[in-house]
Amino acid sequence: MLKKLLLGLPLFVFVFVGILLYQQLGKDSRYMPSALIGHTVPDFALISMDSDRIIKKQSLPKGQYLINFWGTWCVACKIEHPYLMELARKGVNIVGIDYKDDKEPAEKWLHTLGNPYSKVLLDELGNFGVDMGVTGAPETFVVDQKGVIVYRHQGVLDSNVWGKIQRYLQ
Amino acid sequence: MIFIKRVVYLCLFLVSSLSYSQALLSFNSPDDQSRYEALLHDMRCPKCQNQSLADSESGIAADLRSKVYDMIEAGETNQDIIDYMVARYGEYILYRPVFSRSTMILWLTPVLFLIVGFFVFVILIFHYRRTKDGGTA
Repeated sequence: MLKKLLLGLPLFVFVFVGILLYQQLGKDSRYMPSALIGHTVPDFALISMDSDRIIKKQSLPKGQYLINFWGTWCVACKIEHPYLMELARKGVNIVGIDYKDDKEPAEKWLHTLGNPYSKVLLDELGNFGVDMGVTGAPETFVVDQKGVIVYRHQGVLDSNVWGKIQRYLQ
Repeated sequence: MIFIKRVVYLCLFLVSSLSYSQALLSFNSPDDQSRYEALLHDMRCPKCQNQSLADSESGIAADLRSKVYDMIEAGETNQDIIDYMVARYGEYILYRPVFSRSTMILWLTPVLFLIVGFFVFVILIFHYRRTKDGGTA
């Protein structure tokens, strides 16, 4: 009896570990849940690119909108840009955060590639990025009518991701 | 002669690199420095999950390192700093996760294995004794 139990032990361990690993299969290992989901946008004071004035949280759009972190140093942002232009044409309100960047190249970028943003705020040091839990660019947050962050996407925004986001924007 | 020259150059290089690494950060006390290092080793880089904030060279890790440094210099406690990071990056950033329902398996499995191992050990010992005393298995 005991011997049989002992012989069976490796099998039990194998099945246990197998179940554990199977559950993890196919998951995106780089996915990191955002700590800000369900919270409102944190307070900030950032300089607006076009007016050179300090903009605070109160001036954020009233309806639902996207917050998009980008920078001219970010290669993937260039890939993402045409899709943001398309969304802007559809009437999606996008607030752009020029993340860890300088104003001059950013203005040039928007001048040549077009400006999909209703507002561009400068986060030159990346402090607002840290407050939002950003790990790089591009990164996009979805804010609903109540001003609550409902979704965060890390990486390039495309039609696939947009389909997912729309479910949060009911 | 050439050998001595080489040794002298090598020493110069060593000295210069040492002084460089020393000059990067200065702390109010050695205590603060060890707190800084301990915190960086206990926190995960949010961009690169298998590296700590101390190891990673990604931009965000550098930003968070300087944030930790600033907070230590401002006299904030370890708990303040950990709370600050968790509020922004979630518990994901902690290498030592807090005990909760989702992390229970992580904390309890080693204990479970220890208990199972202990029982196997005890059973084997008794079994062995009995076989030896009685002569039959």
